[in-house]
Amino acid sequence: MTVPVHTLIALVHDRPGVLHRIVTLLRRRGYNIVSLAVGRSETPGISRLTLAVSVDDATQVVKQLDRLVEVIGVADATDAPTVVRETALLKVRAANAARTHIADETLAAGGRVLDLGPDDVIVEITDAPERVEQFVSAMRRFGIAELMRTGRLAMLRGPTPRVLEAPNDYRAQADGAPTEEAA
Amino acid sequence: MIDGLPNTPCHGAPGASPAREVTGAQILCEALIREGVAVLFGIPGGCIMPFYHALWEHRSRLRHVLVRHEQGGGHAAEGYARATGRVGVCIGTSGPGATNLVTPIADAWMDGTPLVAITGQVPSHLLGTDAFQETDITGITVPITKHNYLVTRAADIPRVVREAFHIAQTGRPGPVLIDITKDAQQERCVPDWDVRMDLPGYHPASRRADVAAVQAIDAAVGALLSARRPLVLAGNGVMQANAGHALRRFAERTGMPVVTTLHGLGAMPHDHPLMLGMPGMHGWVHVNRAIQQCDLLFNIGSRFDDRVTGKVSAFAPQARVIHVDIDAAEIGKLVTAHIGILGDARDVLETLTPRMPVHPERYAAWRAEIAALKAEYAPRQHYRRSERTAPLMPQDVFAAFNAVADTRRDWRVVTDVGQHQMWAAQLIDWQRARSHITSGGAGTMGFAVPAALGAAIADPSHTVWVFCGDGGFQMTACELATIRQEGLGNVKVAVVNNGYLGMVRQWQQLFEGRRYSETPLSGPDFALLARAHGWHAITVDEAAAAESAIHEAWTHDGPVLIDFRVEREANVFPMVPAGRAIHDMVHDEAHHDQQQRESRLGQHRLTPGAAWATPHTTEQA
Repeated sequence: MTVPVHTLIALVHDRPGVLHRIVTLLRRRGYNIVSLAVGRSETPGISRLTLAVSVDDATQVVKQLDRLVEVIGVADATDAPTVVRETALLKVRAANAARTHIADETLAAGGRVLDLGPDDVIVEITDAPERVEQFVSAMRRFGIAELMRTGRLAMLRGPTPRVLEAPNDYRAQADGAPTEEAA
Repeated sequence: MIDGLPNTPCHGAPGASPAREVTGAQILCEALIREGVAVLFGIPGGCIMPFYHALWEHRSRLRHVLVRHEQGGGHAAEGYARATGRVGVCIGTSGPGATNLVTPIADAWMDGTPLVAITGQVPSHLLGTDAFQETDITGITVPITKHNYLVTRAADIPRVVREAFHIAQTGRPGPVLIDITKDAQQERCVPDWDVRMDLPGYHPASRRADVAAVQAIDAAVGALLSARRPLVLAGNGVMQANAGHALRRFAERTGMPVVTTLHGLGAMPHDHPLMLGMPGMHGWVHVNRAIQQCDLLFNIGSRFDDRVTGKVSAFAPQARVIHVDIDAAEIGKLVTAHIGILGDARDVLETLTPRMPVHPERYAAWRAEIAALKAEYAPRQHYRRSERTAPLMPQDVFAAFNAVADTRRDWRVVTDVGQHQMWAAQLIDWQRARSHITSGGAGTMGFAVPAALGAAIADPSHTVWVFCGDGGFQMTACELATIRQEGLGNVKVAVVNNGYLGMVRQWQQLFEGRRYSETPLSGPDFALLARAHGWHAITVDEAAAAESAIHEAWTHDGPVLIDFRVEREANVFPMVPAGRAIHDMVHDEAHHDQQQRESRLGQHRLTPGAAWATPHTTEQA
């Protein structure tokens, strides 16, 4: 039986070491990270991350993450209405004859051709994780020299749940005149 | 100024008068005083020297206790915290000073003890270069702290210290580490004492706020009212929340029987008619049976440790579970909570109690059932002296202690880890909250002597009795010197000396065919050792002398050690063998032998009498 993958979204205080704490927690409690994507959020000082973790029941993962001082809020987005996207860069081996096929298939899949080298092509696909997976599989027959994936990015549809809202004083700072650089 | 750093203008205080600038080390001292810290336990060293330089000016307000090993400082701070409920503070230098604090930090993490550990760190320009005495202590302590900080600027110290103390003592209390580079201690700036905490992600379950609103309270009342065989399980959360009286009022109003975990001992007096005792691996048989037969388990502030639950799938099989905890992650972590209540134990009890009808006799039949179990098993649980008994059994030590302690109220007991710890938990007449301090979750041998040092300083009006084994005692016995140097006459150490790492030996006896692999110890003469430290010391090797020795120690004006040379192979019973359900207990040696005979494996392994007949104290004479 395969362990299901849960998609969690978390808002975290952007401080040195916060990722270390999150990863250490997941390692120590025995949770298997499928992917982890993190970056600055719309609010200065706050980062947003999407964590895909392979676990039967994510309740305990959510609670343990929430217990970290720097984690502002966590939501399990697995069964919620979400938009989920992942980007993959593929360097595909391209003999002359294959180039057109690779380019055609990439465009047909909604991807882009980013670089045409003498021996290989770099293409990009951004889509739902399953479709990225399909595209990667399809490219394998040409020979993939390198594959680089972002991991999934998830965003809940509709209004932001309270647990994923940045604290008021941080938002006020974001909305007000002084920017992060000016502060 | 050791390195002659230039004056650095403080962030957020432009144009401040240079005259008001102070060093980071001075700011740290002032910040600790502002947090109400009166005592620190530590050892100086290279990277923390600026702090010690500043401490000199503050020594009338900050008492520093020079321990002999940082581990002792950490445990002393834990003992201080556990005796008072206030945050304990320990301090060490970088590198080995910091890593020596790892064990007490882990211990505080497991037992939810409020602790702030401060460490020096190499100057910030050397961070990451493997400099002399550089250790990544923030990295090392991530999994065993509630939070930790690496401070590289003096200006951050007021905020960091405030946050650290806030985090350490709110929610489920625990350890916070502050690692401060040497240059941050030396840097001069004008401290901003009005700085606000910046903890957008920290939202501990607060007192008062959440409880009343939670629908779970209604559900809990309903479940409590419909239960026919309810049982209250009180843990460390009751102690942390100072909820002993609230627990007692709840129990007396409803008539529900109460059991307490190791850390809950003292929350209800041992002789209260509703108090059953301690459950778990070395709990009483009737207590474990009551758990297995109850239809409602009302857990207040226990985290269902495996030493309480035994085989968790067979734990309290008939019970609906109400789990009250201040830490959301504990609810449902190990045992399914049918009703989970997030909140402080005292709040929850005070909210629930008035909603329960006054009906102290409601569960008379259920209590009679438990009383019958107690009557059936208690005779097997109490050792009685006979002609064949060794001259001094460990149980005699605790009986003698009770004989003296029952007449007084001004005592605390600190235990170490192992057989003596379980005997103490089982046999001492616990009367009051915070009178029992032990290393529960982490099981840290060597905890007791330094923790007693901290408890003795925290409350000089109480005599602090250490019970420890000869193994654990030797792990941190260096703190005898600290206790003497600090003039702590209210520390009395009772070594329950059996010349073995006794609990391991017991397992080896019972489950490994008496293969005593590396468990016999030949210690020094502990009385001589104590006298060398300026302590008064007594050696006791017969039961008749135990009580007078305890009395003598108690009334002696100064620290006293008693070396109780007890029967070497006494065992702690009853016992749930690892991995079994808690009702599946071994009651005593005879019962164990019978169980072994009944299994082929046992017949194969047993060699009766082999090491059992080893004469007492051969190696200690």
